[in-house]
Amino acid sequence: MTTRAHRNPNDPLNPDKLDPAILHDDTSHASEKIAFFQYVSVAVFLFLIAGFWKLQVQNNELYTEAADRNRIKSTPILATRGKILDREGRTIVDNHSSFKVLLSRENLKDEHLPAIAAGLNLDFEELTALLRRFRSRPKYQAIVLKGELTPAEVAFVESHRDPDTFPELELLHGGDRLYPRDNLLSHVIGYVGEVTEAELDLADFAKYNQGDVIGKAGIERQYNDILMGVDGQRQVVVDNKGNEREVIGYKEADPGRSLQLTIDLEMQIVAEMAMEGRRGSVVAMDPRNGEVLAMVSRPAFDPNKFAGRIRQKDWDEIMNNPEKPMLNRAIQSNLAPGSTFKPLVALAALENGVIDENTTFHCPGGMSFYGHYHSCHNKRGHGTVNLHRALAVSCDVFFYNVGNRLGIDKLAKLGEMAGLGKESGIDLPFEYRGILPSTKWKARTLRQQWFPGDTISVSIGQGYLAMTPLQLAVMTGGIAMGGVWQRPHLVKDPNRIEPRKADIKIDNVNHVIYGMYGVVNQGGGTGGVARLPGIEVCGKTGTAQLASNVLMKSSARLAAELKDNAWFVAFAPRVNPEIVVSVLFEAGGHGDQAAPIARDVMKAYFDKKNRNVNRLPTLALAPHGGKGFAN
Amino acid sequence: MASYRSIRDFDWGLLLIAIMLCAVGVLQIFSAGQGTKWQNLWWKQIIFICVGLALFWIISSIDYHTLLGQVPILYGATIVLLIVTALFGVKVFESRRWIALPGGFLFQISEFAKLVIVLVVARFLTELRAESMHWKDLVKLCGIVGLPMLMVMRQPDLGTSTTYIPILVMGVFLAGLRWQYTVLIAVLALVLIPSSWFLLKDYQKSRIQTFLDPTRDPKGDGYQVIQSKIAIGNGGMWGRGVTRGTQTRYQFLPVPHTDFVFAAFAEEHGFVGVVFVLGLYFLLLMQLVQNAQTAPDRGGMYICMCIASTLLFHLLVNVGMVVGKMPVTGIPLPLMSNGGSGMLCIFLMLGLVNNVRLRRFVN
Repeated sequence: MTTRAHRNPNDPLNPDKLDPAILHDDTSHASEKIAFFQYVSVAVFLFLIAGFWKLQVQNNELYTEAADRNRIKSTPILATRGKILDREGRTIVDNHSSFKVLLSRENLKDEHLPAIAAGLNLDFEELTALLRRFRSRPKYQAIVLKGELTPAEVAFVESHRDPDTFPELELLHGGDRLYPRDNLLSHVIGYVGEVTEAELDLADFAKYNQGDVIGKAGIERQYNDILMGVDGQRQVVVDNKGNEREVIGYKEADPGRSLQLTIDLEMQIVAEMAMEGRRGSVVAMDPRNGEVLAMVSRPAFDPNKFAGRIRQKDWDEIMNNPEKPMLNRAIQSNLAPGSTFKPLVALAALENGVIDENTTFHCPGGMSFYGHYHSCHNKRGHGTVNLHRALAVSCDVFFYNVGNRLGIDKLAKLGEMAGLGKESGIDLPFEYRGILPSTKWKARTLRQQWFPGDTISVSIGQGYLAMTPLQLAVMTGGIAMGGVWQRPHLVKDPNRIEPRKADIKIDNVNHVIYGMYGVVNQGGGTGGVARLPGIEVCGKTGTAQLASNVLMKSSARLAAELKDNAWFVAFAPRVNPEIVVSVLFEAGGHGDQAAPIARDVMKAYFDKKNRNVNRLPTLALAPHGGKGFAN
Repeated sequence: MASYRSIRDFDWGLLLIAIMLCAVGVLQIFSAGQGTKWQNLWWKQIIFICVGLALFWIISSIDYHTLLGQVPILYGATIVLLIVTALFGVKVFESRRWIALPGGFLFQISEFAKLVIVLVVARFLTELRAESMHWKDLVKLCGIVGLPMLMVMRQPDLGTSTTYIPILVMGVFLAGLRWQYTVLIAVLALVLIPSSWFLLKDYQKSRIQTFLDPTRDPKGDGYQVIQSKIAIGNGGMWGRGVTRGTQTRYQFLPVPHTDFVFAAFAEEHGFVGVVFVLGLYFLLLMQLVQNAQTAPDRGGMYICMCIASTLLFHLLVNVGMVVGKMPVTGIPLPLMSNGGSGMLCIFLMLGLVNNVRLRRFVN
């Protein structure tokens, strides 16, 4: 005790054992330090409150959203796509029930991926590649992993999507597109597919979400908004384990509407069968209103391969096919129409008074114009022919002279009325315009002057002239109707556009039609094969060269490759026509090769018309199991 | 007993604030526990508060000088109990922090060690006579505090062990340290803290890395902080309302009744509620400081200030953690977080401050 005694011997509050030193003490020396601690405390509290201010007041919305994303899980209820029906209400395109599996990436655990890939029969590499592609997209957007699940895969998802196994999986029920078999009507219908990542970046596609199935081609694309419908949604509150706590929102899906086409399935089937194994196109149209009754393009593709997600192998196969099966030749081939163009040349010449029905020209088998010799297809010559005969035997020399007299611009004027050189306006995407040559057209596109010699080739449907089979049908139908050109369409009763009416003398029309009647029904007519008993069929053959005769002779291989396209266009009956058919048979050789195809289609039309409507057989297009039309 | 004072002299303000904070805590534990396995925790919490209040009264009635006199025994007992914990403790999540008591209670020595360290520091420093500490005294004190701290760290419980540091720092700060030493310590700290990285366990390293970048591991450690921030931000100005906090209710917020109780509170009561409760804590802290200022002697002053400093540290680390400004350490929020040992300890500490207050009229 002595050693410490000096510290404070006089403390009055010395309790017992404790060293008295502890009890004394003035604490004033610490007052500044205590004050310092108070300032530190204030600083700490301000620091903390600032943290809350930033989260709760400044960024409240951000975190509220994050909290909602945490707890609210939305699953789409898929809207079924509208059916596509033919003009009599028969189903062409239907849906079949299918399941797809979604992957939610918010609670995705990477270590689950191999097992998920195995369970869904997916390639693990492909799965990770898919995830990588979607890395930049918001996490709350689920990815469609696979569509058209097999029953085993559905069972896998059902049994593993509980909170403790793979909560990231989600099963979605919907309808997948079921297209007719054997490529029937494939180009018109088009196909649907998942909206691609590249498309999602486009403004037009902004309304779609990843995984949406949209029309990619044909009617499916053109009328996507009608067919698609609006997906419903089910919103549930989930806890951190993914267990559903309550349903807070349920919106039924709004199914897409059905679409009725003007296509007649029976005629379509006849046309398809007639084109089987050939390359080309058939268009059948009602010239009175523009309703397309049949539209075929061959070769065709199977749209069922596209429904959902196409396999790379199938895609490559279709894309690398040199015959371009995806091309809808009815509206996507710019080709010289050959002699099928002559009725329009004749009508323009009559209207402009450069010839009349009795004007004759002598055909010696060819003739020189402006220093170039132009041969007739009949090298021995047709002799002296008038308009009627020239159309019936398709005399080129007659039309060289007519064209030469008429001049390109007068021809182009009527051609424009007839719908050439521009889209027909049919309700299909990606239609070609064709080429209607004129002095203006040449100056604008080729920056060249029009030479009178250029007109000579055009007047027999060659040269710069190019059109689609649909344009040929429209052009010819309008002539048959006496100068009334309807806009072709595929969906019944769209907003009808007023037809283009040309002020044409009915006598002139009749002269041309009489010539076309001769083509089919008179001796020496080039289209005799298209004759139908009891029906006055009018038509015109066309044999269009892809290269000059000189060039063709230079190489046998080239000649085989560039074999002439066979064309045929016909309408019936002669008076009050009800149907116009144009046929393109690529590399068919002569136009009479195309004529039987047109005949068959017209026959189907009139057979059906003459049948008792009540006894119409219902066409069974059983999607699965049943026999396809071509069998 | 000469030093006995009437209940009239109790620090009623301090007690009122503490009880209000406890009430807020109970309400929050009740709200967060709805529909979960923690549904009945709130009434256990009330029992702990009642026991805490009893301890508050008991410790207030024992003169703190007596307690300071018993420091060697208390310190020795603490070390022994820490050894017992290390040997026979209950292992939860890879760490031994608890001694099982009959009746199913788990007793966390490291919490009570805090109180003992406050007394140790107060006693050690009052025995110094000089104006500032000699370096030998500093080393000695660091050794005395460092031993239990290392033992707790070994459990491992880095969080609790760090709560001893502010007690030591506050003591040394008040006792006075020559500026040369301060500089030296600062330099040593700068060298040692980065090098101590290699002594940390993997999960501790990952917690610090995650603190620096919470999105690094959004499903692991970062998940807690991200969800905590979402919960707080979701509260907004006025809060979602009791039991309506979706982050809390649907269990996105981890442990909303213990370490993250304040995040749950912030979600349901908003910024306004946060300011109110932080205001209460501030008043509590200032009450402690005021008692330090009116303490009859250095011993009392050291006790009050050391308790104030560890309390401030708890607040800074826990509340800073829930707003994402501090790493995840597992330090509970005093008075609000669920947990028996912590609740009893804080009431013991407040009782000690009250004890000092009761004896302020020395003359």
